[in-house]
Amino acid sequence: MKMSPREAFALRDYLGADLKGRTISDARQLVSLTDILGQTCLAGRLGELSGRSVLLAVADQLISGIVMTELDGVARRMLLCPPDLNPGYLQALMEGAGIDAVVTDHPARWADAGTTLIVTVGAPGRAAAKAQTKRATEWLMLTSGTSGVPKIVSHTLEGLTGAIVADSPARSGPAVWATFYDIRRYGGLQIFLRAVIGGGSMVLSEPGEPLADYIARLRAAGVTQISGTPSHWRKLLMSGSVAGFSPRYVRLSGEIADQAVLDGLSRAFPAASIGHAYASTEAGVGFAVNDGLEGFPATMIGDNRGGVEMKVEDGSLRIRSTRTARAYVGPNAAALADAEGFVDTGDMVELRGNRYHFVGRRGGIINIGGLKVHPEEIEAVINRHAEVNMSCAKSRRSPITGAIVVADVILAEGTDASRSGEIREQILADCRASLPSYKVPAVIRFVRALDITAAGKLARHDA
Amino acid sequence: MSTRLKIISAMQQIAVEQKVTLPPLDDDLSLHETGFDSLGFAILVARLEDELGIDPFTISEDAAFPLTIGDFIKAYENVPA
Repeated sequence: MKMSPREAFALRDYLGADLKGRTISDARQLVSLTDILGQTCLAGRLGELSGRSVLLAVADQLISGIVMTELDGVARRMLLCPPDLNPGYLQALMEGAGIDAVVTDHPARWADAGTTLIVTVGAPGRAAAKAQTKRATEWLMLTSGTSGVPKIVSHTLEGLTGAIVADSPARSGPAVWATFYDIRRYGGLQIFLRAVIGGGSMVLSEPGEPLADYIARLRAAGVTQISGTPSHWRKLLMSGSVAGFSPRYVRLSGEIADQAVLDGLSRAFPAASIGHAYASTEAGVGFAVNDGLEGFPATMIGDNRGGVEMKVEDGSLRIRSTRTARAYVGPNAAALADAEGFVDTGDMVELRGNRYHFVGRRGGIINIGGLKVHPEEIEAVINRHAEVNMSCAKSRRSPITGAIVVADVILAEGTDASRSGEIREQILADCRASLPSYKVPAVIRFVRALDITAAGKLARHDA
Repeated sequence: MSTRLKIISAMQQIAVEQKVTLPPLDDDLSLHETGFDSLGFAILVARLEDELGIDPFTISEDAAFPLTIGDFIKAYENVPA
């Protein structure tokens, strides 16, 4: 790499032709990552986007990934739109981010976009000339909350890649990366950047693709590293599609990794390193836990570890590091960090012995007769049952107490349905043994499926 | 199973779970003599709503909560299915 870190440094500056045989693929096409700099999806129009604030609104992940490598270092800003973004929010987001150009696969939708520059993407083609890095592009990402207009969060490439460069992965053969996340979300972007920067290959997910077909692609491509939320992983464990798939590095993030899902993955992938990482769109990559246990050692709080400092205040985890987002963007944007630069993650933790355990989201508390309950702590107990795959605890209105806790439970694959009564009683006994009575579900329903959001998280309708 | 039997059976199940020893469930037994606390009744009403498809205490805004076992059972029997 020829540029020093003090100069503007872009994604293209990590992509040399020195590593051969690298590819990025989805279910429909495979593109060489080795000579990706010789490719363009912008049909010679990259120059028009120089210095612009660009909305990247392309359904296809592979094309989006290529366009990110083109735009980084050229555009002033690029706002990444996940495919499930409610189009009703676009106007407000574009105003908030000062968007003056749109890169799209759907130009008809932007026919009346006024003076905004519209650039239509096409299939990857040969670029006439290699683009030059001119500036440090701001990477704008959207928060994955489920209600209202998402917040716009500003990152730099330096911050986004902080954990990747710090890790300097010990390579045992070329890494082939995959993720259940979309690469326009923080968790997925991390994997895309790891593949690009770390010299590996990448296999992308495909919306609507049956899990068994996706896993077959991952197997065929020899995927070695893969990440997803605990909900993604539980779904995979339930699907019976893991046979023959043997990644060597399995990561969970985005939701609480409870002991049950960590143990389930250890059984499914006995040869793999299984760990959970703490990261969020706002707080960036915090830390990774690789000892196979839920929660994290209390010794991680306070010390500055690899540039990340953590503290617990009012029960929530706060993170200060160079990897956190720079700011929220837009009119009336709130401060992202406190006066000392700590980002409040909103993730509530509890010290038990010498380990902190995640207990839930601050905003996800359900109120049971005036008492505060985190649904996640109930689910963690239910999920410990060997025949439970996943569960969702929630509040239900009660004419007697105002509200009660109820839980929907998916039984593990192959569980004999005639045993459901017995299993229900065992789950209730487990809950009574470890939870105060108001947190014990009043009703347990066995269901075939639970809603997972586009961001891969268990959908919490009443939170 | 009749509505009455379903209610009695649900109460017995909850009594086991809550470690409550139920007295004989005669119609004139007052509900607070059952040993159930408000959480116990909340669980009972929720489970009966799932099993019988009705919650007589939410349907009618001015329904007074019954005082005896007999009145409690009647509240369910009197709701047109």
